[in-house]
Amino acid sequence: MITVVALVILMPFLASVAGLLGSRWPGHARGGKADTAANRRAAWIAIVPTAISTVLAIWLAFGRAGFGGDPRGPAGSADDGVTGTLTVIDTGGIPISVGLLLDGLAATIGVLVTVVALAVQIYSVGYLHDDRRYPSYSAFISLFTSAMLLVVYAADLLVLYVGWEIMGLCSYLLIGHWWEDRDNSRAAVKAFLVTRLGDVGFLFGIFVLGTAAGSFKITDILARLPEMSSGTIVAATMLLLAGVAGKSAQVPLHTWLPDAMAGPTPISALIHAATMVAAGIFIVARLYPVFLAAGPTMDVLAVLAAFGMLGAALAALAQDDLKRVLAYSTISQLAYMAAALAAGSDEAAIFHLVTHGAFKALLFLCAGVVIHTIGSNLMSAMGGLRRELPVTFVTMTIGFAALMGLPPTSGFFSKDEVLVAVEGALSQGPLTDAAALLLYASALTTVAVTGAYATRAWLRTFFGARPIVALPEPAPGTAHVIDVREAPATMRWPVIVLAVPALLLGFARVGGVHWSTAALSVAVALLGAGVVYAVWRSDPVSDPARMLGPLRAPCERAFYVDSVYRTLFARPVLALARLVVRADDRVVDGAVRGSGRTAQGLSGLVRLAQNGNAQLYVTGLLAGVLLIAVGAVMFG
Amino acid sequence: MSWLPIMLLGVPMAGAAALLVPSRMDGPARGRLLRVHGLAVSGVTFVLALVLAVAFDYGDPARVQFETDLTWIAGLDLRFHLGVDGISLPLVVLTALLTFLCFVYLCWGGADSPGQLLRPRAGGNRPRALVFTLLVLEIGMIGTFLALDLLLFFVFFEVVLIPMYFVIAVWGGRARRAAAIKFILYTLLGSVVLLLGLLLIWAQTGTLDMVALAQAHGTGMSRSVQLIAFVAVGIGLAVKTPMWPLHTWLPDAHTEAPTVGSVLLAGVLLKMGTYGFARIAIPVLPDGAVVVAPWLGAFAVIGIIYGSLACLAQRDLKRMIAYSSIGHMGFVLLGFATLNSTGVNAALFGNVAHGLITGLLFFLAGAVKERHGTADMSALGGGMLSRLPHLGSLLTFACIASLGLPGLAGFWGEMLTLLGAFEPAPGLSRPLFLTFMAIGGLGAVLTAAYFLTMLSRVTHGRSVETVVAPVLAGVGGGHAFTTAEDDPAPSGADGSGAPTTGASGSRTEGGGGTRAVAENGDSGEIRAGSGLPGGPRAEDASDLPGGTPGEDRADLPDRTPGEGGGDLPGGTRPEGGSGLPGGARAVRAGGLHDVAGYELAAWVPLVALIVLFGLWPKALLLITDPVVRTFVGAP
Repeated sequence: MITVVALVILMPFLASVAGLLGSRWPGHARGGKADTAANRRAAWIAIVPTAISTVLAIWLAFGRAGFGGDPRGPAGSADDGVTGTLTVIDTGGIPISVGLLLDGLAATIGVLVTVVALAVQIYSVGYLHDDRRYPSYSAFISLFTSAMLLVVYAADLLVLYVGWEIMGLCSYLLIGHWWEDRDNSRAAVKAFLVTRLGDVGFLFGIFVLGTAAGSFKITDILARLPEMSSGTIVAATMLLLAGVAGKSAQVPLHTWLPDAMAGPTPISALIHAATMVAAGIFIVARLYPVFLAAGPTMDVLAVLAAFGMLGAALAALAQDDLKRVLAYSTISQLAYMAAALAAGSDEAAIFHLVTHGAFKALLFLCAGVVIHTIGSNLMSAMGGLRRELPVTFVTMTIGFAALMGLPPTSGFFSKDEVLVAVEGALSQGPLTDAAALLLYASALTTVAVTGAYATRAWLRTFFGARPIVALPEPAPGTAHVIDVREAPATMRWPVIVLAVPALLLGFARVGGVHWSTAALSVAVALLGAGVVYAVWRSDPVSDPARMLGPLRAPCERAFYVDSVYRTLFARPVLALARLVVRADDRVVDGAVRGSGRTAQGLSGLVRLAQNGNAQLYVTGLLAGVLLIAVGAVMFG
Repeated sequence: MSWLPIMLLGVPMAGAAALLVPSRMDGPARGRLLRVHGLAVSGVTFVLALVLAVAFDYGDPARVQFETDLTWIAGLDLRFHLGVDGISLPLVVLTALLTFLCFVYLCWGGADSPGQLLRPRAGGNRPRALVFTLLVLEIGMIGTFLALDLLLFFVFFEVVLIPMYFVIAVWGGRARRAAAIKFILYTLLGSVVLLLGLLLIWAQTGTLDMVALAQAHGTGMSRSVQLIAFVAVGIGLAVKTPMWPLHTWLPDAHTEAPTVGSVLLAGVLLKMGTYGFARIAIPVLPDGAVVVAPWLGAFAVIGIIYGSLACLAQRDLKRMIAYSSIGHMGFVLLGFATLNSTGVNAALFGNVAHGLITGLLFFLAGAVKERHGTADMSALGGGMLSRLPHLGSLLTFACIASLGLPGLAGFWGEMLTLLGAFEPAPGLSRPLFLTFMAIGGLGAVLTAAYFLTMLSRVTHGRSVETVVAPVLAGVGGGHAFTTAEDDPAPSGADGSGAPTTGASGSRTEGGGGTRAVAENGDSGEIRAGSGLPGGPRAEDASDLPGGTPGEDRADLPDRTPGEGGGDLPGGTRPEGGSGLPGGARAVRAGGLHDVAGYELAAWVPLVALIVLFGLWPKALLLITDPVVRTFVGAP
């Protein structure tokens, strides 16, 4: 079984190597026909191994649980998992065991990752069919898939960390896919650096846990948990939380995600909605017993989630860029998962993770179709697309309904579970009362705001009339002719296929619905949607975001967090860097040069005596003899 | 007695000695023979190193193997004592590999590319001397890692300095003289302190045998003696490593050194300092190490942050990579400072990884500089991935490896260093080292920051399509030269619009006067033709493909003042005439060439090893760990 797991991870990895080295081999010809041939070959290299991995991952999941069984993983059930160790690396201290672990949680997320990756790979063939860099692009997606699967199946925290960082690298490379534009490049750097800042904390958290347990193996750490002091556990989980916040774009390290939308839309769907950003939630669920034992960490997580979900939802309400709306919505939905974790229900969190993965990937791929068609990301350039893009309209409606949590979509069921868990935390669970109350209030408010922004995006994209505006020269990559027709089949089919789980996945847990909470949340969501609809009806051309009034500008700028960070961190660091360079030249090297000059100056002084004047030499000699003689006489 | 270590030293020595036999090897016609010679000698040495690695008994890496112990100077009881164990083996192989790759880089193919300094050229760039110098350098480097006698170690340690001085001073960039003098004076100063420390150890223990000293674990030396000896030895090694604040020779030396010089400097010479810590300072002086370790750690983390910040504001690519070495060596030193086996293993791993990665980075930076004529990032102007896709991709790869991405070699050294600092050896203050660890982690973020910023500036963005500097340099050079010959005055007036080259022009003597004018005219032409702000200066531009005639003129007066006059009528004029065809060739090929065969041959092994050690760190930890455990207490 572990061999199959290894195969699931290795297939995309080999695909990425083959795609990077072999797409143009031999010949390395460029331009025209050679590009098309290379793209076609790269597409096969990318899709076939991912498909094999998908099949194997599904087989693993159902081979374990039996067909039709529980699709979400019972987290913390690491002891019933299958582990295999390839080798143990002796570091001199705590050894690293290169091994894999397959349990319910890993199997479930593995299926999610491979299915979304496959859909995105197929979709990308159409989306980037004329892009010269498609071979490297698809290879990076394969590498990402492999890294994410390594995170999911890793049995050792340091092995997990390897996958964790490689995911970040792929995210960087893919956000910067259209690097001709400096803004994209900057967004990529920002994404890498912000997540890496969190990752340093994450690594230290791993150190704390590993040192306390004497092993980096997840099963060992969970087994030795009772022996650890509470201080160790709190320190470890707080540090891990930094990595979680970075990767899962939670407050205060969330600022990279909206900018990351500079990447191609399929990447936003895969990495920045469905899989990589969910890795933070996954890791908390993976080490859930450790987090449950750390009360203060859970409180912090709850507070961060409470602020994150509402703030991001409000920001989403004011954005004009469709992808940024979805990006902020991702931050908000990830905060829901974090809320469920903080409230003590990892099941609800993982369930929402899976459904969110499906419906948010769907939303992004649909948005990709819209953007591909319109040639712009801005909703002010859209409108009335329901007639021209009927398939996309239907699928995206399903996606938005799931996002709002309307029955019978998957989002309804999972959000209901999250809300029930948060409600339950008011009376019992790991949270303090204040944190639980804050979380609950925030969660309910966010349901309303979610309804509002989803409705706004839906209305502004598919209803009303499209304004006739002269589009500016499109940026590279978005440079598509405006051609209002349904997308090519490679783009249409993944969308349709993803719509199915987005719609139906929830029925797997239909028995667990708490109807009173569900009714409340649907009512609140509809309330938010209704307000937006009313505002929109009064003037369908202008943006319903105007109802925010004076709050609109702060929401649009996401409460100026970026500017604050720039002032607080980026600029001082750069100023310090310039200072260091100056100091290095003047002080440190100045001292070196100064000592050189001093030596030269001294030698200049000594040279005065060595001027070649024999008279002076003899005078000196005689004076010396005289001194010695006098000395000998006086002291002798 | 084993013949392998002696052969490892003897082959390059014989190769170098053969070059002393007078012949006309450096004539253009016989340049090929010289290249084959260099390639063969370094290749045989590399094969010997591989044989050493294959024959090594991996079951017992802590034992000194292939031991050779001969009497050297009987009166002083100095011994010619060589051998390898798990610590020195990777470094010996790394040295032989990098030297061989440098020769591959210099000699592969037609050897007529601008970076290949051995190319036959009128006026000469002393190809025979370069081969000789590099072979002598190799003797010193390998000898340092093989030596098991303190004074023998010191001798090899010093032997390295002189060839490296000549590599920088003869084949370097514009400010090579100053850089070379700074390099040799600074490192000699360090060596003096090192020698004092070694003599102190000798005086106290009465032996110079490193193996015996390491086994003694400092017995026979009082605590204070150990402390003084450690400080002295440590300072000597720290200059070489280099440790902040003793680093300022490094950026200058790297910036001015030719590509092969930079590669060997970063890849091997810096390792000699850190190797000294693992071989002498820590095992021989354990008590001193415990006292000094917190200081060493503090300087190391300052170096990490300082190096990273300096990189962030750096404008020159080579200089930036030089400063990045300071940061990376900071990690290595921090690993040693933890004094536990994780940390020391990490340091040894980081050592080798840095040699591979930074070696590759300097190869790449050199290639960039040869193509663009400058390594100034703002002058490079971005868009490398579209102009030179393969070079840009390789640069991206090397930078990512260097910033410590897991799965590539750079990661394990850094990560294990931080892990070592998390729980330092008993006797060291844990809170202090936790602080070091946190600062080191921050340094890792800054490392990523400067590498990614650099990539963003250089490889991303739109390339400047209009100006292809080398073409203009070639054409302009030829043109300016003819005007200078026909009538110097107008050309000089022309050049006065571009005062940047005044410094190099003013240093020329005799017949160089005309050349300086030509040089200025050259620069003026480029400015006028391209209209680029900060356009390439004359001497930079002359390093470009197609700019060959310019290079001869610009470089000769500086390199060989006095000889220059004689060359003017005979040597340079035909070259000037060939300037136009050279430029035309560059135009036909689209201006800049992407990665050439000789470059690929030199770089691919490094890439492969970086990936190999990244995916399979056990390969290296397996042989260092048992040795490390012998001298630091295993937990």
